[in-house]
Amino acid sequence: MTAEPAEQVLAGGGPGRRPRRARRGAAEDVAGLGFLGAGAFVAPALALIGLFLVFPALWTIYLGMTDYRLTGLQAVDPTFVGLDNYERILGDPSFWRSLRLTLVFVLLSGIVGQSLLGFAIAWALRRLSGWLKGIVETLVLAAWVIPASVSSFLWIALLDRRGGTLNALLGTEGTAWLIEHPMPSIIIFNIWVGTAFSMLLFSSALAAVPPSQLESARMAGAGGWAQLRDVVIPNIRGHILTNTLLITLWTFNTFTPYLVTAGGPNGASEILAVYIYNTAIPGGQLGVGAAISLIMLLINLVIALGYLRVGRARAARPAEATAVETAGGGETA
Amino acid sequence: MTTSGTPEAATRADRPAPLPARVARAPRARHFVSRVLTVLGLALLLVFFGLPLAWLATAPFTSAPTLAVGWPDWTLDNFARIGENRYAVGSFVNSAIIGFGTCAVVLVLGAFASYALSRVRIPGRDGLLYALLLLSSIVTGTAAMVPTFQLITLLGLIDTHLAVVLVISGGTLPTVIFILKDFMDSIPRSYEESARLYGAKPWQILRDVVVPIARPGLAFVAVWTLVQVWGNFLVPYLLIRRTQQQPAAVLMYTFYTEAGQADLRLLSAFALIFSVPIIVMYFLVNRRYGFRFHGGIKS
Repeated sequence: MTAEPAEQVLAGGGPGRRPRRARRGAAEDVAGLGFLGAGAFVAPALALIGLFLVFPALWTIYLGMTDYRLTGLQAVDPTFVGLDNYERILGDPSFWRSLRLTLVFVLLSGIVGQSLLGFAIAWALRRLSGWLKGIVETLVLAAWVIPASVSSFLWIALLDRRGGTLNALLGTEGTAWLIEHPMPSIIIFNIWVGTAFSMLLFSSALAAVPPSQLESARMAGAGGWAQLRDVVIPNIRGHILTNTLLITLWTFNTFTPYLVTAGGPNGASEILAVYIYNTAIPGGQLGVGAAISLIMLLINLVIALGYLRVGRARAARPAEATAVETAGGGETA
Repeated sequence: MTTSGTPEAATRADRPAPLPARVARAPRARHFVSRVLTVLGLALLLVFFGLPLAWLATAPFTSAPTLAVGWPDWTLDNFARIGENRYAVGSFVNSAIIGFGTCAVVLVLGAFASYALSRVRIPGRDGLLYALLLLSSIVTGTAAMVPTFQLITLLGLIDTHLAVVLVISGGTLPTVIFILKDFMDSIPRSYEESARLYGAKPWQILRDVVVPIARPGLAFVAVWTLVQVWGNFLVPYLLIRRTQQQPAAVLMYTFYTEAGQADLRLLSAFALIFSVPIIVMYFLVNRRYGFRFHGGIKS
């Protein structure tokens, strides 16, 4: 239920493009499993995936058309209400506000913030080595790796109105950042958490840019910007695409801002993930929550399919396709 | 480092330089400016990423920690607080149960499935793998929280570790199978052939021949799964309400959201102990396997 396998989807590139190794050793049934035996080996895993991954997704469609509640009569005996939930959601200004906040959040913290900052760090570090590079990388990675409930508290402490370090540094005593500026707070928090991925992806992408091309650009008198624009960007276009898709999907699905602001104050930072939770669990309206879940699943589907289409179109051009392969994961052992 | 460009540029400017060198002066000046900007940017970066983390590094060792970052007096008393709290130690046990439980489920089921998929050409195999991967990146814990909650309620598994194990396993298995199948594909088949000649059954071949060879792959998947589960907040938060059953990720959250003043001595020590295993595991895998798995290991 986490979003990380998307990277592997890219590596595979679709059913038509098998990983390299499969070509070398075509599947031979050396253990004498046979179809039945193979089926028996695969069945338990498929059953678990079916019950806890596929079924919930499909069941959402039904749940979203009932008046299920967490407590009371409808918890025991829910009735089928058709599209009432959707009518309610689409007529609810708080849903549209949440959707708008989500868009801003994904755009600023994910696509702009994490990608640009991650690229900038990778670019700045590309020719550095030694302790400075080590420290920067370690800090950025640490922010990414530590558990969400810890990093959230670190930011709550940093932004605290009375004792926070930020107010002490800026001399802005008494500013309650999380209450006065909840959206900027969770956007910057999410950039802090997630930049590591873009940094790593772009570092490996930059390392793969042919040095000869950069060299000849430099000989021709191209400055940093010109090199970036004319040599680097065209070379790493595949990585940029991969990065943008994954960051979009992950940022859209992150629940971590809940730990910082819980969607408050008064829903001012209630991105869709938090909106679903607040509606379904504390709000007790499971049916409505399921309906919003389905909307979220559909948006995920659109993002993923949109990417696949672009990816397919690109895979048709072989030169760039290899770039994705090195990014997504070629060799494994 | 930043000034290295200037002296050379100056000497060149002093003598009546040929035209190309004079043209080169502007880029050099720009080079210098961009160097300064880079260093300035890196300094800002260090502050941005380091400042929040500084609290985690100092507060646990401060005898009276506040929310602000301060110089620690290197006491270890705060760690004793963990033992005094009613739930803290238990929450680590819960985290470990959920973590190793998920590992076990995912490794066993994943090994069987990936082996069969690697060795037998089941019709539609590649399509199936691909569809499952796509599905697992679309049906995220966040998007599916309501039906998952309902399903677990229906199964009567609310407040159990098993619920968390099953839900996370279902979500991670597609990736696990994908990674393991790649490992399995790389194992030479001749060993299995000879084992079969001696009359070994398929599951015996898997247990005695394939698994020992695929150990690096299995180890990687084990660590990967642990990292996924250890920090996971949403699934246990959703499915486990009783404090005694909660893993560290959820207990940590209740520490600072409960009514009343948060006990920063307990909280800081707890946060550090909770974070260290995952940081160690991460950098371990990082060193062994390099970037390719970075994206996979933490979402």
